[in-house]
Amino acid sequence: MIHFVLLISRQGKVRLTKWYSPYSQKERTKVIRELSGLILTRGPKLCNFVEWRGLRVVYKRYASLYFCMCIDEDDNELEILEIIHHYVEVLDRYFGSVCELDLIYNFHKAYFILDELLIAGELQEPSKRTVARLVAAQDSLVETAKEQTSSITNIIAQAANFTIKMLHKGYGPWGSNALHLESLLLVDVCTRLVDQH
Amino acid sequence: MGSQGGFYQSKEFLDLVKSIGEARSKAEEDRIVLNEIETLKRRISEPDIPKRKMKEYIIRLVYIEMLGHDASFGYIHAVKMTHDDSLLVKRTGYLAVTLFLNEDHDLIILIVNTIQKDLKSDNYLVVCAALNAVCKLINEETIPAVLPQVMELLAHPKEAVRKKAIMALHRFYQKSPSSVSHLVSNFRKRLCDNDPGVMGATLCPLFELIARDVNSYKDLVISFVSILKQVAERRLSKAYDYHQMPAPFIQIKLLKILALLGSGDKQASENMYTVVGDIFRKCDSSSNIGNAVLYECICCVSSIYPNPKLLESAADVISRFLKSDSHNLKYMGIDALGRLIKISPEIAEQHQLAVIDCLEDPDDTLKRKTFELLYKMTKSTNVEVIVDRMIDYMISINDNHYKTEIASRCVELAEQFAPSNQWFIQTMNRVFEHAGDLVNIKVAHNLMRLIAEGFGEDDDNADTKLRSSAVESYLRILGEPKLPSVFLQVICWVLGEYGTADGMFSASDITGKLCDVAEAYSNDETVKAYATTALMKIYAFEIAARRKVDMLPECQSLMEELLASHSTDLQQRAYELQAVIGLDAHAVACIMPSDASCEDIEVDRDLSFLNDYIQEAIEKGAQPYIPESERSGMLNISNFRNQDHHEASSHGLRFEAYELPKPAVQSRIPQTLIASTEIVPVPEPMYPRESYQTTMPSIPSDAGSAELKLRLEGVQKKWGRSTYTPATSTSNSTSQKTVNGTSQGDGASTVSSMRETYDSRKPQVEVSHEKQKLAASLFGGSSKTEKSPATGHKAAKASSHVVKSHVPKSSLEVASEKATPAQQPPDLLDLGEPTATSTALQLDPFKQLEGLLDATEVASAVNGAPAASRSPDIMALYADTAAGIHNKNDADLLSGLSNPSVTNMPGTTAMPQVTQSSSKGPNPKDSLEKDALVRQMGVNPSSQNPNLFKDLLG
Repeated sequence: MIHFVLLISRQGKVRLTKWYSPYSQKERTKVIRELSGLILTRGPKLCNFVEWRGLRVVYKRYASLYFCMCIDEDDNELEILEIIHHYVEVLDRYFGSVCELDLIYNFHKAYFILDELLIAGELQEPSKRTVARLVAAQDSLVETAKEQTSSITNIIAQAANFTIKMLHKGYGPWGSNALHLESLLLVDVCTRLVDQH
Repeated sequence: MGSQGGFYQSKEFLDLVKSIGEARSKAEEDRIVLNEIETLKRRISEPDIPKRKMKEYIIRLVYIEMLGHDASFGYIHAVKMTHDDSLLVKRTGYLAVTLFLNEDHDLIILIVNTIQKDLKSDNYLVVCAALNAVCKLINEETIPAVLPQVMELLAHPKEAVRKKAIMALHRFYQKSPSSVSHLVSNFRKRLCDNDPGVMGATLCPLFELIARDVNSYKDLVISFVSILKQVAERRLSKAYDYHQMPAPFIQIKLLKILALLGSGDKQASENMYTVVGDIFRKCDSSSNIGNAVLYECICCVSSIYPNPKLLESAADVISRFLKSDSHNLKYMGIDALGRLIKISPEIAEQHQLAVIDCLEDPDDTLKRKTFELLYKMTKSTNVEVIVDRMIDYMISINDNHYKTEIASRCVELAEQFAPSNQWFIQTMNRVFEHAGDLVNIKVAHNLMRLIAEGFGEDDDNADTKLRSSAVESYLRILGEPKLPSVFLQVICWVLGEYGTADGMFSASDITGKLCDVAEAYSNDETVKAYATTALMKIYAFEIAARRKVDMLPECQSLMEELLASHSTDLQQRAYELQAVIGLDAHAVACIMPSDASCEDIEVDRDLSFLNDYIQEAIEKGAQPYIPESERSGMLNISNFRNQDHHEASSHGLRFEAYELPKPAVQSRIPQTLIASTEIVPVPEPMYPRESYQTTMPSIPSDAGSAELKLRLEGVQKKWGRSTYTPATSTSNSTSQKTVNGTSQGDGASTVSSMRETYDSRKPQVEVSHEKQKLAASLFGGSSKTEKSPATGHKAAKASSHVVKSHVPKSSLEVASEKATPAQQPPDLLDLGEPTATSTALQLDPFKQLEGLLDATEVASAVNGAPAASRSPDIMALYADTAAGIHNKNDADLLSGLSNPSVTNMPGTTAMPQVTQSSSKGPNPKDSLEKDALVRQMGVNPSSQNPNLFKDLLG
């Protein structure tokens, strides 16, 4: 299984960390320090694998960013390398030619995507399309939620305005029948909307 | 920008990220973060924070924690956030708690209720978020709280939920198998799920279940094989293809499971042969993922019941891996070779040069892997070369973890295959000298025992030789400036026991050296203790041999120092030494018999030899012994003892198997000893407490008993426990002896044959490469141990020819690969230059990429195929989009490739195309877009680090 995922920049700055095995905050800092010392110094043509504390760390460099995953000794290193690539491709799809800056400012998005890809240290979804769909579903929900709130508040505001206006003009509930009905309806709609939200 | 790369956090947050990005030192970064922590601490506890604001605070906390600082003050707010109704907010809360909390955190109990509620939600996204948290946060105690809901979710209409529920159940199983053991049948059911994603996820828990109990899953072999067959035949939807491979991740998992199920089971294995053979044939070995599947096939083939045809295919793949230029493939090749070698040892031979190359590669990872392989193929014929290499490497590295591992491997190999005693002692010396403090203390004890017991059971002469060569080498090594403590202990023990045994060195030589050791390592009490006892032994042997004993002046001063030592153990040893020197020859010979460390000693548990003494005492009017249980008022004392005993046992000084005295108590203890030392030679731990009490009815005060007890502890440690347990020690020694006996048996013959092979090789050596020599010594004998040296030599030569003839061919292959860039996928993605300072450098890889896209585009245009059969990773990614944009020019291609996929996503606002030229990265347009956006947000990204704008995918 994957014990943790690390994203470090070439300068040794941490861009993302996800721990699937329990590590205390202290250990985490130590692990990151040790691994960045180990990985960032490696030459470009060497293996993408490093032995570390009896575990294996698979890393891959994309532009100036290193993606590292720590796995057990009997796992398939090439497979993990492809899981990393899979993740990058999904990120790329999501952000549209993803660059380090995207991940710096939207690290929480990167976390959400990772959560759709890996769970409990195992690959849960081998299909890019499914991951993309799920992430999009969550995002669109966020979007619609936003739109909804804005449109509904608009309606409420308008309706309220209108009712108040009418009441002011003297067409109160006691005025003409038609208007009376209309305004009653409006008041009803308003209260319902307000109830709902 | 909408949901894509949207920078819709507040300016404050962006500023924080930016200032940390620009921090020049760790100290500066820390200062900024500490500042931020202060701000957040203040803000987060304000009343009535709007949700949106709170969400941002939590994300800022995540950021702080990611940078390695403590954000625990905000955990509770993250927990609160999971209670929120809005999914948007809730999701952030869950994300934060899964990142913040480990499963044993106190706050988890506060989340369980929320999780329970969310698992029942009718919005599947809420359920997904909760399941994510379940996998990370639920611990053994809280499993029952969510288990029923998770079980229900296994039948959820949404496949994403089923998948996560399976994984959650898997996690439960990992944490506490008993809590879900009655539910494992669900995994079998889910294997037949309609959705391949769910089926794939089910393979993870099944793999683990099968690893623990193979036999109950044998019935699934057929199902797994048929699934694998379907996957390999591309029956799954295209969505599961990855770089033109049909669902490779599922294939790999299935192969892993088959490897477990087929291990040692001929019938089950026979079902697998066809499908594994098919995969071997179909796999595209030019892509990384194809090689990953091939590697897994090899693992499977080497684990299941062997099949010659499959082994052949596996060997082919291995040779392809080893000949590849990629270090990754070489590494996998070496690993695979190590697996296959157990079944067909002869395949190593054809790869000897490749293995030697890997061994000498500057890449540490590859080197270590190769050592692992060598470790697996060590035989008595090549042990010398291999262990020698290992030790050389061990000396050269600093990584203590690996040093320990390789040292223990060296020791293991040396013990198992040592061709000669001489070599064994020398090897052990080197290991101890360079990694002494890292090896297990047991290894040192083993070495002592080995020297004491000797290798051959019936050859006393060889044993004596072994010992004197050990003594000789140790005396030489003692000249070295700094030696590890463990090694010094061994040296002192051996010198004490056998230093003067063969008469080559005089007592004063040895004692002088021992005194030097005690002086030079005066901080190390263990070493000093060993040295003191060694001194005592030397003097005892001298006295027993009725020679005159002259204590060296430095020895005398050492004794004086030790007599006043703070360590009671050292003090006691010094007193004992003094006492022994004062005895006559006969008594000394009884106490310290020469070379008797391996003799078994019978323990007189009832202390019957004291009966006379007790009788006498009782007759004189002493109180008879009352068993402890019948006494009152002694409780506190025994408690005290107990406690003290505990402390002592955890204290660290552990002298096992130090030396064995004869049960010397029978001999009359002379008057020179102080009264309490009477019981010194009695090994205390072997006796029940009652007997201890018997021996000292005359000591009344607590203080007295405490002091006595301390002495006894010293004794306990000195006369090590293990020597007193005859059962274990004899069984150990016999097994040891048989192993060594055999290894020595053929060791002697192989040594001579080795020498012959070396001799016969001599003329060849001048001509052939040094590597070949090494290869011959490693492999030549490895598989053909029984053959005469001449044939062994021939075989080595022949196989090296084979390898040679392959070389030009493989270089041709390389050339052809270079001609078509499509066959070098790994390079394509590593386009980023290490230093992105000059624009020329940056543009270069870009141009390469253009060329590549051009070529592949033409190919696809000509063939009309949606994707070139061996197209690289990038083409795979954008294969369908690329087909649609022929008319665009090359420079625009890259952005063209990425744009359609961007616009597919909801909420994307296509930014106006910026056509200015830029030096920011390989994808100028996109980076400019982002740059512009960031500026719009009021944050000026630093110009120092244009790397940030580089597309990760090149």
